[in-house]
Amino acid sequence: MAVMTYREALNQALSEEMERDPDVFLMGEEVAEYDGAYKVSKGLLDQFGADRVVDSPISELGFTGLGVGAAMAGLRPVIEFMTFNFAFLAIDQVINSAAKMYYMSAGQFPMPIVFRGPTGAALQLSAQHSQACETYYTHAPGCKVVTPGTPADAKGLLKAAIRDDDPVAFMEGELLYNLKGEVPDDDDFVIPLGVADLKREGSDISIITHGKMIHMALQAAAKLEKEGIQADVLDLRTIRPLDVDAILDTVAKTNRVVYVEEGWPYAGTGAQIVSLIQEEAFDHLDAPVLRVTQADVPMPYAKNLEALAKPSVDRVLDACNRVLYR
Amino acid sequence: MVTKVHMEALSPTMEEGQLVRWLKSEGDEISNGDVIAEIETDKATMELVARGDGVLRKIFLGEGGTAAVGEVIAVIAGADEDISDVAGASGGGAAAPEEGGAGEGDVEGDEAEDEAEPQQESEEKPARTGKAEPKKQEAAPTAPPEEAQRSSSGRVKASPVARRLADDAGIDIERVQGSGPGGRVVKRDVEEARERGVAAPGVAAPGGPEYEDVSISQMRKAIAKRLVTSIGPVPTFYLTIDVDMGRVLDARRSVNAMLEEEGSKVSINDFVLKAAAAALRRHPECNAHWHDGFVRRYNTVHLGVAVAIEDGLITPIVRNAETKGIARISQEVRELAGRARDRKLQPDEYTGATFSVSNLGMFGIHEFTAIINPPEAGILAIGGVEETPVVVDGEVVVRPRMRVTMSCDHRVIDGAQGSRYLQTLKRMLEEPAAILV
Repeated sequence: MAVMTYREALNQALSEEMERDPDVFLMGEEVAEYDGAYKVSKGLLDQFGADRVVDSPISELGFTGLGVGAAMAGLRPVIEFMTFNFAFLAIDQVINSAAKMYYMSAGQFPMPIVFRGPTGAALQLSAQHSQACETYYTHAPGCKVVTPGTPADAKGLLKAAIRDDDPVAFMEGELLYNLKGEVPDDDDFVIPLGVADLKREGSDISIITHGKMIHMALQAAAKLEKEGIQADVLDLRTIRPLDVDAILDTVAKTNRVVYVEEGWPYAGTGAQIVSLIQEEAFDHLDAPVLRVTQADVPMPYAKNLEALAKPSVDRVLDACNRVLYR
Repeated sequence: MVTKVHMEALSPTMEEGQLVRWLKSEGDEISNGDVIAEIETDKATMELVARGDGVLRKIFLGEGGTAAVGEVIAVIAGADEDISDVAGASGGGAAAPEEGGAGEGDVEGDEAEDEAEPQQESEEKPARTGKAEPKKQEAAPTAPPEEAQRSSSGRVKASPVARRLADDAGIDIERVQGSGPGGRVVKRDVEEARERGVAAPGVAAPGGPEYEDVSISQMRKAIAKRLVTSIGPVPTFYLTIDVDMGRVLDARRSVNAMLEEEGSKVSINDFVLKAAAAALRRHPECNAHWHDGFVRRYNTVHLGVAVAIEDGLITPIVRNAETKGIARISQEVRELAGRARDRKLQPDEYTGATFSVSNLGMFGIHEFTAIINPPEAGILAIGGVEETPVVVDGEVVVRPRMRVTMSCDHRVIDGAQGSRYLQTLKRMLEEPAAILV
């Protein structure tokens, strides 16, 4: 195991997959000469040349469409969005072209394309640049959505996403890029899409979450442990397709669930999970499932208000206590 | 806040309840949801749960006493709160401009719904203590019907997993005290209930004296009431038939040999139940309920099986008995009878039979008549299988014989119909293969 940052893990995944398959190429704003806005593509231009590491103009819809066309022509593009907050401009190509192409062409055009970049709030980037964008992509059939929360998951899942023949929205965390963690040395380390990971084992309550929020969930679980409460922390990793069995297993084990997500509550990923649980695991519930989400408002700029609007360890603990009837 | 403790309707048919024992005493702190008393209903001993917080200020109904559903039997209130409205409104004194507390609810009129009704028994002492104390009718202001309903009709709040665990464990969820929000029964409550076992009914132990007076139980009363309404308004006639049980005994031996590996076996009565159900399917006119104005014939057989339990009997039901094999019927009867004896049957397990069977053969009873349980229209009374000399082909031989008597509600079943049913039953028992046809 090597210890590396989330950023380095992504870089390794890109490098290894481009090495492995000459059809893989990276395109986006400042990915080449500048090594990427978050330095994820550092060194790739030198390694693979300007044909495979392509700087695009500031034109999200344009270069995303170019990527879709390249995928139709048989290549395996990785399209980097400087942040998914900028990708609203390109969502027509993602949803209307990439996600539907295989279906509308009756299987003639597989769509092996990855859209990647950071999602969610960082610090004081205000309403337009602090959004967790997952549900825009989970909503449409045809698009897989992956949200790695650790360096190992970032590497293993990005490699799987690049090898997948369907479009994948690969959503990273801006505040995770410097996170260090152990990553297996194996250059064929691939984590299958659609498989959740139990990040912590407990028996009293399940905290289900994904992406950056797993760290908040783990902190809450550590505090609960001091009070004698053992929490399962289930990291979905892929939020479409869902690992239904893993969700139902943890519900059956603990009978109590708190769902934590970075985005808004209304029709958020949590709404989907709660619906699944009440349909499939009703007889296992000992309490209503509660969600911890961003407040249902555009993200405030003011630091104090921003902190109040975001999920926090305290809010997770509060929800856990309510679900535990404490 | 003053919370009146009512006698609640703890079973679907309960009209009054007997106080087995108080689990709290006057002066005890009470929280909403606490079990404060055990009440014997017409079916089982149930827990009575507090509907408010405070101190158990006054108990009106002593242990062994009986009160009608809706009657106020105690008061919960703050330690210093004035409860004179409830506890002392009468006894010749204080209030009572409205003479005798008569008019059904005019009296408590203006106050909130939970507010006091005048209660005749006043401070002197908790009235109606002691078992045999006769109930004073005038002293029992019946609560307005909607109030009684409100306190009793509310579905028990329980989490889904708590309900499932309670079902699995055969625990009546209504008897489990909830510790969740608003008294919700949650998993830990059911687990605790399972560990400590559901409270057994408190019955006085037999003593040494020459005789013992036992107060009339609610179940005894229910039986009496049912049977009186049966033998009175139900015009019953009886049909008796003798059945040769030789083939059943053979069949039972071979069935039990087959079941030996599983460690289970079936009884003669299981064959009788199976045949009774199979025969009913061919005679739906006997598998029917009498209703005012119509007869409801059932297409499936919910067979009530009379089970003797301490201080009474109950008829748990084998649902859709005609569709079940003998081993299954046997297993269900055993399981239901076991829980009947433990008084753990759910109401839906003993209500809704379409026809019943009662067997006293094990007591050496040769033949008897059973009383119809309305609205059912028939019941079979099964005697024991006895070695009996009978004439077969001009020779006297000894055969195992069983006598079956059917009680028929003549409003539903005519003599010929009942007789045809018994013929079918006899054929099925004398040639068990006929059950398969």
